[in-house]
Amino acid sequence: MRTPLRTRVTLPPRVRRGEPFELRVLVAHPMETGHRRDAEGRMLPREILTRLEVFQGTRLLVQADLQPAVAANPFLQLPLVLGEAGPLRLVWQGDGGLRHEETHEVAFE
Amino acid sequence: MKVLRQGARLARRLAVLAAVVALAPGAVAASDGLSPALRAMQADDSQNPGMLWVQQGQALWSATPGPGGRSCLACHGPLDGGAMRGASLRHPAWDAAQGRALTLSQRIRSCRSRHQGLASTGADDDAVLALEAALARASRGLVQPAPDDPRLQPLVVQGRAWWQQRMGQLDLACVHCHDQRAGQRLGGTPIPRGDPMGYPVYRLEWQALGSLQRRLRGCMVGVRAEPFAPDAPEWTALELFLKARAAGAVEHAPGVRP
Repeated sequence: MRTPLRTRVTLPPRVRRGEPFELRVLVAHPMETGHRRDAEGRMLPREILTRLEVFQGTRLLVQADLQPAVAANPFLQLPLVLGEAGPLRLVWQGDGGLRHEETHEVAFE
Repeated sequence: MKVLRQGARLARRLAVLAAVVALAPGAVAASDGLSPALRAMQADDSQNPGMLWVQQGQALWSATPGPGGRSCLACHGPLDGGAMRGASLRHPAWDAAQGRALTLSQRIRSCRSRHQGLASTGADDDAVLALEAALARASRGLVQPAPDDPRLQPLVVQGRAWWQQRMGQLDLACVHCHDQRAGQRLGGTPIPRGDPMGYPVYRLEWQALGSLQRRLRGCMVGVRAEPFAPDAPEWTALELFLKARAAGAVEHAPGVRP
């Protein structure tokens, strides 16, 4: 597999139990649609992120299916409410067997 | 009476105009012509896509990527708070060893090949752009000084000449759009003033971060002129002139453009 995904995940400095907050995710990815050709006229194979899942422990909080119409370097704003403390695990899947995981701590008040 | 009233109105308009003109030199809005949505995207680090490259550049700064075994950090110190703050605004700068002016990108690339033993690359190489973005970010909030090195002055003059030079099948000079018609529209698109601030910028049209050279090349292709060769001294001259012209503007890198 290639180099790991370059991501930028932003969480509020403090989160209050039971109150909504925003998880912001920015990912460096070409999101190649599979409908374009290169300079020599060959089709460029589709290469997109297909899915983002957010877990807390084993509980799935968010699942997002991404489509070829999503622009390069996607930005996602996900409203969340957490009932208990615990880190968030973000799992990306994409074309070409891409799978990338990372964990982010949430600072509770 | 009517004439008097008209006279008063004219005087008021002139006063407003004078105020605008008086503001102009110090108060160059570096991101003028940006829609509120783009401005918000640029101002918020959590959604500015340029920050992906800044982050990569900050990591590269302390890495030892080549056989040279040295990191940028080892010679130049930290990006923030050290001597590197403002470095991006002082380029293009005169390089005594090479006897020519170097843009920030050329400076980075010459360091990478001389000291880190890496293969030489073009200005639009991702790692070079990332380092450039991290350096520009370290100068955020600083005011663009006018280039004051006497060895650079001939280049500023050349740059101004290129700025005013008609070129291409459309026979247009930079000055016709970006001075005389700045703030008006070309088709539906606002014409910017052509400030070099915020570079390298994330352009939505490119869906990537790109250099000032790439942006200028886009304009030359737009007027159907043949662009200068990559890294030709003409680009450096234009960049120097643009920096002199934008003196007083505040750095806001990484910029976001439509």
